[in-house]
Amino acid sequence: MLTEEQAADIFERIRRFSSADEVEAIFNGSRFALTRFANNTIHQNVEEENSIVSIRTNFGGRTARSTTNQFDDQSLQRAVEASENLARVQAPDPDLLPMPDADEAGSGTGGASPSRFFEQTAAITPADRAEVVKRIVSVADQHKLTAAGIYSTSESGEGIFNGRGLANWHRQTLAEISITMLAEDSSGWQKLNSPAVGNLDPAWLAETAAQKAVESAHPREIAPGKYTVILEPAAVLDVVGFIFWDFSGVAILDQRSFLNDRVGGKLFGENINISDDVAHPLQAGSPFDGEGMRRRPVTLVENGIVKRVVYARATARKLKNSVYAGKVGPIEPTGHGFPLPNEVGEMPMNIVLGAPKTPQSVAEMIASTERGVLVTRLWYIREVDPYEKIVTGMTRDGTFLVENGKVQCGLRNLRFNESLISMLSNVEAMSTPMRACGEESFDMVVPAMKVREFNFTEGTKF
Amino acid sequence: MNSTAQIALDASSVRGATYADARVVAIRNRSLSTKNGRVGHASESESLGIGVRVIADGAWGFAASAELSRAAVEAAAARAVEIAKAAARVKREDVRLAPEPAAVAEWTTPYRVDPFATSVEQNLDLLLKVDAEMSAVPGVTLAETGMNFQREESWFLSSEGARIHQTKYSTGAGYTAYAFAGSEIQKRSYPNSFGGQWQNRGYEQIEEMKLVENARRVAEEAVALHHADQCPEGVTTIILDGSQLGLQIHESIGHPIELDRVLGMEANFAGTSFLTLDKLRSLRYGSELVNVVADARQEHGPGLGTFAYDDEGVAAQTTPIITSGLFTGYLSSRETAHTIGARRSGGTLRAEGWNRLPMIRMTNVSILPGETPLSLEQLTAATEDGIYMETNKSWSIDDKRYNFQFGCEIAWEIKHGKRVRMLKNPSYSGITTEFWNSMDAICSRDEWALWGTPNCGKGQPQQVVGTGHGASPARFRNIRVGSAYKGS
Repeated sequence: MLTEEQAADIFERIRRFSSADEVEAIFNGSRFALTRFANNTIHQNVEEENSIVSIRTNFGGRTARSTTNQFDDQSLQRAVEASENLARVQAPDPDLLPMPDADEAGSGTGGASPSRFFEQTAAITPADRAEVVKRIVSVADQHKLTAAGIYSTSESGEGIFNGRGLANWHRQTLAEISITMLAEDSSGWQKLNSPAVGNLDPAWLAETAAQKAVESAHPREIAPGKYTVILEPAAVLDVVGFIFWDFSGVAILDQRSFLNDRVGGKLFGENINISDDVAHPLQAGSPFDGEGMRRRPVTLVENGIVKRVVYARATARKLKNSVYAGKVGPIEPTGHGFPLPNEVGEMPMNIVLGAPKTPQSVAEMIASTERGVLVTRLWYIREVDPYEKIVTGMTRDGTFLVENGKVQCGLRNLRFNESLISMLSNVEAMSTPMRACGEESFDMVVPAMKVREFNFTEGTKF
Repeated sequence: MNSTAQIALDASSVRGATYADARVVAIRNRSLSTKNGRVGHASESESLGIGVRVIADGAWGFAASAELSRAAVEAAAARAVEIAKAAARVKREDVRLAPEPAAVAEWTTPYRVDPFATSVEQNLDLLLKVDAEMSAVPGVTLAETGMNFQREESWFLSSEGARIHQTKYSTGAGYTAYAFAGSEIQKRSYPNSFGGQWQNRGYEQIEEMKLVENARRVAEEAVALHHADQCPEGVTTIILDGSQLGLQIHESIGHPIELDRVLGMEANFAGTSFLTLDKLRSLRYGSELVNVVADARQEHGPGLGTFAYDDEGVAAQTTPIITSGLFTGYLSSRETAHTIGARRSGGTLRAEGWNRLPMIRMTNVSILPGETPLSLEQLTAATEDGIYMETNKSWSIDDKRYNFQFGCEIAWEIKHGKRVRMLKNPSYSGITTEFWNSMDAICSRDEWALWGTPNCGKGQPQQVVGTGHGASPARFRNIRVGSAYKGS
C-alpha cells in the first residue's frame, strides 16, 4: 500500500521532471478484496492492489492531466510530458485559477474528521470472509433459500500535493456486505457498509433478507396508480441521489440544473432538511476535495427551502460575476470540487438528511397506513425529465402490500415515474436517519420515508 | 511480458493450482472534451498490471498486482491460490472447464490511422469546430463535445499452453446541444447519446462521422423541441432508429442471454433473467423477422465486442441467439458451457482490465437486417399511423429483463406515410417478448450500422466494458407510448 511518505517522495520527483508553471499530483492507492457468492457457494473471490498518481500541470491558464500506475522515473517522466503536451496546445482559460496553497485550502482547520481507518477491517483475510459467507449461507439453508451476495473489505489512501506546499493525505478502510435471498417466486435484500467492520452484523442482514424473501412469496399483482409508499432507507437513497448533481454552481451556470430559477424558493415539504457534512459520524470519505480544499459543512435545504448549492473555487468566482449573483444564496468555495480539469465542477457527496421532529420506525409507518406499498429497494433508476426531475425505475427484492396497518402479502414489482420534487413534497413521516447504501447512488445518511401519491405506472411479471 | 505471465503460472502451480491463467494488460487512454467553446478536459492515462486466475481445491481465486517484479508476481499468484482455497470452504461442486485448444496467436485491431498518432491540436480543433456550430444556434444554452481513444495490449498465458498477444484499439466521439427555456431542458445528440458512436477502429472512424456537418441541424432540433407537442399517451405503431434499437437489443436481449445471470451468479447486483434454461429452443422470443446473433468476429464488423480471443483464450465465434423468432442461444464461458449441453464455450469472457476477473459479457449482439430491400424512407411511407423515435434519452428495465421503459430525445408523428409533426419527450414501454413479437418490418443492409455501447456495467466489483449492437430501423405494432409522463 502506498504511504504518505512514498507519495511525497514521488511528488518531489514529479516536480523535478516538470517545466510547468504549476504542478499537482493526486494519489489513490488501495488494497481491495471481494468474496462473491451465489447459489449458496463462493463463485468469485478476488483481490487487487493498485496505486495511481494523476498529474496536473498548468501553463498560464492552460491545464491538463495525465495518470499512471507505474512510479519508476521513466513512467513518471512520460506522464508529466503527456500532461504538459495536452496543456500547452490549448487556448488560455481566463477562469482557471492558480493552485491553492495550504492556507487557502484550509488544511488543518475546521476540526478533525472522525478516524476512518480501522485495523480490524484492514486485517480481514480471505478465510475470514469465507467464514462469514458460510454463516450467511447457513441462514439461507435454514429457510430453504438460495443466497447470493458479496463481502468486500478494503484499505485505501488518497492524497493531493501541489507546488504551493499543499499536502493532504487521508486513510480509510471499508467493509461491505450485500445479501440477496432467493425463493421460488420472491426475493429479499439487505446491504450495509462501514469503515469499521464491527458495525456490520452479517447474521442480522442475512436473517432480514431471508424474512423478506419468505414473506413476499407468491406475490400478488396490483393495478398501477398513485399509492402511499414506505421507502426503506436504501430505496430513499437510490432515488433522491438523482437531485444532487444539480446542487452545483456549474450546473446553474450551464442551465442544466433543476434548481435554475428555483434557489431560495420552497421546493420541498416543510419537513425536508438536507445538508452535506463529511465530518458527520456516519459519513465516510476524505475531508478534502479535488483541488485539496477542505470540505465544509453546508446546509442545502432548510424546511423545504433550497438555500444554496456547492462550489469549487473557480465556479464560485465565475458565479459571483454572473447574472446569478444574488439569486442563488451564498456564493463561496465550499470544498466540493472534482479534480481539474472537468466539465461538471462540483457536487455534494456527503449527504445527510435531517432527522424529523418526531421520528417513526418503519413498523410505526406501516401501522398508520390504511393502504400502501412497502418498498425494500429501487432499481435501474434513470432520469426522464431533467427539470421536473421525473425519474423512472423498478421496485425489487421485497415489495409488499400494506393494508389496515399490516403487511398483507408480497407484490409483483412495479415501475414508477415520479417527480422527486413531488416526492419530497409529499413526505408524511420519516425514521431516524441511518448510514445506507444502494446501487444507484452514493452512500448517504438517510431515513426511511412514508410518501403519499407515489406514481406507479406499470407492473412486471414477477 | 510473456515471461512475467509465465512466472505467475509457475508460482501458481507450485502452490497447488490445478489450472491457472495470467493476463498482463497495458492500457493507454486519451480523453478530450469541450464545453461552450472551451476545452472541458484534456487527459491521458496509462495502466499496467497482471491478473492471475487460478483453480485450487476446485474453486476459483484471483489476485492482481500493478507491480511486475518477480517477487510481486509470485506473491500475486500465491495470493490467488490462497483465495481459491478459502473459497473452496464454501463450495457445492468443483469448477469444470469446457475443453479448449491452447491457442498461440497474435492479433491487432485492423485500423488505418493510429488515433494516438494524431495530434491533440487536431483532435481539439475538430471538437471546437463542432462546438462553435452548435453554440451559434440561438437558444442553445450548453454545447458539449467529446472524443476518446483507447489502446489495450494484452498477453494471455494459460497453464494449458495458450499464448495470445492481442492489441485492441477503440475510438469514440460525439456531442450534445442543450436548450433550457421556461421550465424545460431539451437536448439533441449526434451520432448517438452518451458519448456518441464508438467502434474498434482507428481515427478514420472519427473522420468519417461527419461531426461538423451535422452539428447545426442537431442544435436546431434541440431548440425546436421547445415548440413541439408532447408525445401523446396511448398504444400505437412505432419505428425506432438504429441507435435506439441497438440499446433495446442490449437491454432486452443482450443481458438476459448472459448465462451467468441465468444461473443466478449475478442475482445480488445485475439481477437474473427470465430466460431460464427450459426456454432454449422452445421460446418464441420474437416475430419471424427477428434474427439475432452474438458475433465477436472481425467479419461481423469493428464493434466494441470484436476480438480474436476472449480473456480465457477462447476464439471469437458467432452464436445464433434468435433464429426466425425462436430463442436459440446463450452467451457462455468455459465454466458455464456444460449447463446448456455445449461442448465448447461461446467465447464471451472479458475483463475491464488487468485487475478484474473476466466474466461473461456481450460481444456484438446484433439484429440482422431485413433481406428485402427497405429504406427508412420506404418504411415510413408504408406506415399509415405511428411515431418515429430517435436517439436514446433514458433507459430502464427490471432485474429479470421483462418490463422496460425507454425515452428518446426526439420523435415525429407519422400520418399516411409522412412525418407530420415533431414530438417532444417521447417514451415507450412494454414486456420484452411481447415487444419483439410485435416487430413487423426491419430495414435492410443499407440502413444497418454497428453501434457501440461503451458504458455497460456488470459484476461486483463493477466492470465497465464496451459492447457492439448492429441494427437497422424497425417497426413495432401496438406499443404503449407516453407512460413516462403519465400522472405527472
